[in-house]
Amino acid sequence: MITIIDLGLGNVNSVMRALNYLKVSNRVSSEISDLEEAEKLIFPGVGNFFEASKRLEINGMKQAIREQVLELGKPILGICLGMQLLANEGEEGGISKGLGLIDGRVVRMSSEKVGLRLPHIGWNDVSHRNLKLFSGIDENACFYFVHSYALELEGDVEHSLSNYGTDFVAAVKKDNIIGTQFHPEKSQKDGLKLLTNFVNGVF
Amino acid sequence: MLRNRIIPVVLLDGYSVVKTLQFDVRRNLGNPIVVARIYNSRNVDELLLLDIDAAKENRTIDYFTIEDVASECFMPLTVGGGLTNCDHIEKALKKGADKVVLNTEALRNPDLIKESASIFGSQCIVVSVDIKKDGDSYNLYSHSGVDTGSLDLLEWCKEVESLGAGELFINSVDLDGKMTGYNYDLVKMISEAVGIPIIACGGASKPGDCTKVIKSGASAAAAASMFHFTDYTPENCRENMRTAGIPAR
Repeated sequence: MITIIDLGLGNVNSVMRALNYLKVSNRVSSEISDLEEAEKLIFPGVGNFFEASKRLEINGMKQAIREQVLELGKPILGICLGMQLLANEGEEGGISKGLGLIDGRVVRMSSEKVGLRLPHIGWNDVSHRNLKLFSGIDENACFYFVHSYALELEGDVEHSLSNYGTDFVAAVKKDNIIGTQFHPEKSQKDGLKLLTNFVNGVF
Repeated sequence: MLRNRIIPVVLLDGYSVVKTLQFDVRRNLGNPIVVARIYNSRNVDELLLLDIDAAKENRTIDYFTIEDVASECFMPLTVGGGLTNCDHIEKALKKGADKVVLNTEALRNPDLIKESASIFGSQCIVVSVDIKKDGDSYNLYSHSGVDTGSLDLLEWCKEVESLGAGELFINSVDLDGKMTGYNYDLVKMISEAVGIPIIACGGASKPGDCTKVIKSGASAAAAASMFHFTDYTPENCRENMRTAGIPAR
């Protein structure tokens, strides 16, 4: 069973619908007991980093996620803001803390400096796809992005890139901790394939 | 490289899909779920679902319709119609929307743009700007009767951006359903005034129009009539863009 972590901020049900379509047993929840019962966690998100950071501090959610992932080794897939929240801190809405599962910070993209518009909204390709997560997906596949902030990694962490005026982290992997800046649940068949890979432990 | 988007627009009058002419005369086109299913099978870049009567009738777009469409479509879904507070927005997102369109309420209560962007993120908030050409000038238009007389179009677009909207949905009221091409000058003027992406709508008749409106500064070309009433598909539009050297999926 997969638990989809709900902070009451985003389109968590889109991930649920995608898993239902793939016939993968899942539950959307903000209860810590449902984190404990899950084999894998998905942390989706549309929203504001600062607001989400605040909500993580409520009822020991942050500590519970860290425990499940770091001590019990449960795989977690962070999507969009969910991926950004894996980092140590973010600057959207003011500096605030993330989950601290991956060393890095989330900063505003510099695309505007080269005359591009933010948010970065739409379909973009992903390069340096050395992560197993992309197994079986066409090399020219595009994924759906919608964000203005991006993860800056510290140290040597496996990742894939995308480009919008500047290269930025499109996907990241550190042991059992996975993140995608794009929305696989909204990226049609290629996105569904990537979710299937995560569900099957191919990452 | 980011691809420019082609976005089919599905207008609802509550529960049925309709198509309007200059925001007025209507044709009924049936069930939104069926329409969405067809677009999903055509791998469109994004779908825009708007209930055009919701604000006038003091209700919101039907949440079950959002949910039904979202359960069939694993693609970006933007919805609007009568969303007047953050609870409405949260509910629409929960039912499967990725982004919401604010129109009447943004004019009536601009603070909602700021409040919703701070909770859900700018990338989630699309503000619709309806524009009517009056001689040589452009005026903001509200089909729900909000007085826009004192607002300057470009000033309003800049204000919407500074309040935190992530995208502008530019609608040419006088070209709605006319299929005579977009208002390219208008798109160019607004895209030069703001730094957020622009979705252009109103007047598309053929794939070349989409290419031209992207060249005028839009990030996405939206259309309803062209896809409802002609044989052109979103893929034809993307092909036209690719041939012209514009990145498209």
